[in-house]
Amino acid sequence: MSTWLLLTITGLGLGAMYFLIASGLSLIYGLMGVLNFAHGAFITVGSYGTWWFSTHVFDGVGSVLWRFLLSALLGLVCGAIFAALVELVLIRPLYSRHIEQVLVTVGLQLAFVALITGIWGPDAKTFAVPPWLHETTDIFGAHIPNDRWVEIATSGAVLGLLQLFLRKTRYGLIIRAGVENRAMVQALGIDVRKAFTLVFAIGGIAAAIAGVLSGVYFNTVAPEQGTSLLIFAFIVVVIGGLGSIGGSALAAVVVALTQQYANYYASSGVGDMVVVLLLGIVLLARPRGFAGAVVGARA
Amino acid sequence: MNRRLVNDWLWPLVAFGLLAFVPKLGFSIPKLFDQPIDSPGTLALLAACLLYGGLALTYDIQFGFTGLLSFGHALYIALGVYLANIAITDWHWSFWPAIFFTVGVSFALANVLGFVSLRVSGIAFAMVTLAFAQAGAVLALKDPHHWTHGEEGLGADYTKLPQSLVGIVNTKNLYWLALAFCAAVFFIVRWAVGSSPGRVWQAIRENEARVEVLGLRPRAYKLQSFVLSSTLAAIGGIVYMLLYSGSTLVVTAPNFTLTLLLMVVIGGAGSRWGAVLGGILYTYLNDRLIAIGSSSTVEGLPHALRTPLEQPLFLLGVIFILIVVFLPGGLAGLVVRGRATGLQRIESAVGRAEVDAA
Repeated sequence: MSTWLLLTITGLGLGAMYFLIASGLSLIYGLMGVLNFAHGAFITVGSYGTWWFSTHVFDGVGSVLWRFLLSALLGLVCGAIFAALVELVLIRPLYSRHIEQVLVTVGLQLAFVALITGIWGPDAKTFAVPPWLHETTDIFGAHIPNDRWVEIATSGAVLGLLQLFLRKTRYGLIIRAGVENRAMVQALGIDVRKAFTLVFAIGGIAAAIAGVLSGVYFNTVAPEQGTSLLIFAFIVVVIGGLGSIGGSALAAVVVALTQQYANYYASSGVGDMVVVLLLGIVLLARPRGFAGAVVGARA
Repeated sequence: MNRRLVNDWLWPLVAFGLLAFVPKLGFSIPKLFDQPIDSPGTLALLAACLLYGGLALTYDIQFGFTGLLSFGHALYIALGVYLANIAITDWHWSFWPAIFFTVGVSFALANVLGFVSLRVSGIAFAMVTLAFAQAGAVLALKDPHHWTHGEEGLGADYTKLPQSLVGIVNTKNLYWLALAFCAAVFFIVRWAVGSSPGRVWQAIRENEARVEVLGLRPRAYKLQSFVLSSTLAAIGGIVYMLLYSGSTLVVTAPNFTLTLLLMVVIGGAGSRWGAVLGGILYTYLNDRLIAIGSSSTVEGLPHALRTPLEQPLFLLGVIFILIVVFLPGGLAGLVVRGRATGLQRIESAVGRAEVDAA
């Protein structure tokens, strides 16, 4: 029972990170038809930004908690600016050339990881977090690391805020309408391009949060970390249905829990295989995913 | 003489024929190579260049000529790299049975996985292939049967290999092997895309709906292209295993497919010379940029400029982005002007899927 509980909460913590990455990917694909490989770079900007601010700028300033929060906040700002710049500089000139847009993000992802490795080396880095995060709380005999709660709560808050934004604001309305039928939105005289930059910035923030949390979850940040999270986030997006935030949240939980359980109860690695098979099955049986836009045209 | 015959068969034959004499050249080219041309170090680099040229062209069969964007091509290369080695080193088979077995398995697996993945198209196809490749990568890493030896990698049992392909003194033979692979892929691709199914592949790339209207079933033709591309990739994998005398996890990573994509796009998608030259150039730069990065001229530069130069993938990624944005036909597009080249033609294959979805 206590093992099961630990696996479940840890799985939810992992799922929280998958969701944070997948939500941005899903919105970007839904609205613009771009499969954004550069999302891995956004994760890295968040994690390395936080690490850089907390060790180079705020070293020894104030309490550990404030230093961490302030660095993380600046990390998120970096993530948002970087993502918006990527959209403006690289994606926009290639408007309506989907394959080139995908390829540019692939190139950016590869070059960015190489650049980070070149500047700060391939070794993992650590940044100071409040010690409370690495203590455990006992629930029904299970020792749950406290950072799991933070991951789940943050991700839940992001889900709530995103839904509020999408349902209650004018820009949210444009984005939702654009995901459904972009041509119609443009025909109504709305400049959908501003929404493109906006979804990139939102996706950049969410991915940067995932980057910060992955630094807490794994205790370290490393150049390749974003890439490995990205692959599972892709799987989550496709299973959840491209363009659907709710679908991504559900799929993130399903994928992370499946991975945790199978890796523990069967053997290490089985969970990853099962998730991959799950993706194959979902795509072939139901190319639209749990919800949302069509993935493959003539499926 | 027929111009097509000369351009497509005679000149390539002359070019590959001339390349065969490279191991006989005793002089050195100071700036391009550290050591004389016929030294094992230079020949090994040139062999790698030719191998990647061939591998990039196998990827171009499905990407450039048929319009299938796959993120899982590395799976079949890795199959060649690992299965041949496992059969020889772990199961103690002799050389040729292991080779034929590997090619047969690759052909069968490409048929099965291709049949399944081609149920979807466009980006969904890319994701399914990525997922299958990722499954293969996890299998090779976790190594449930103790065959691949996970992160350690699996060194080939050299006593079972043909002795002419073992050891530094025989580097020139490995060079010829890589050259033969590259040339074979080149001529097979020339023959395949010129055959009537090959013309249907290109028609699918240009406009799949019209192919359907003509009463042909695109899926069967796409499967042909996928299987040819994947089986040739597995054979390239075997050459890779011989060249590097073993198997490591590098070939299973998703990034491995992405680098092939970089090579093809840099050279020019849908062009035989383009893909081969892209593979050669990429591999050469990837190797030489490290040397340049640590050279004395770069040493003098400030830290901020020097560090990115020491990472070849950074420079290659930037070159790739510039080519995608400003030169979608790749290097081959510089030569062929006046018609849609490279990515612009594939755009209609992948891009149209998006339009239909909307």
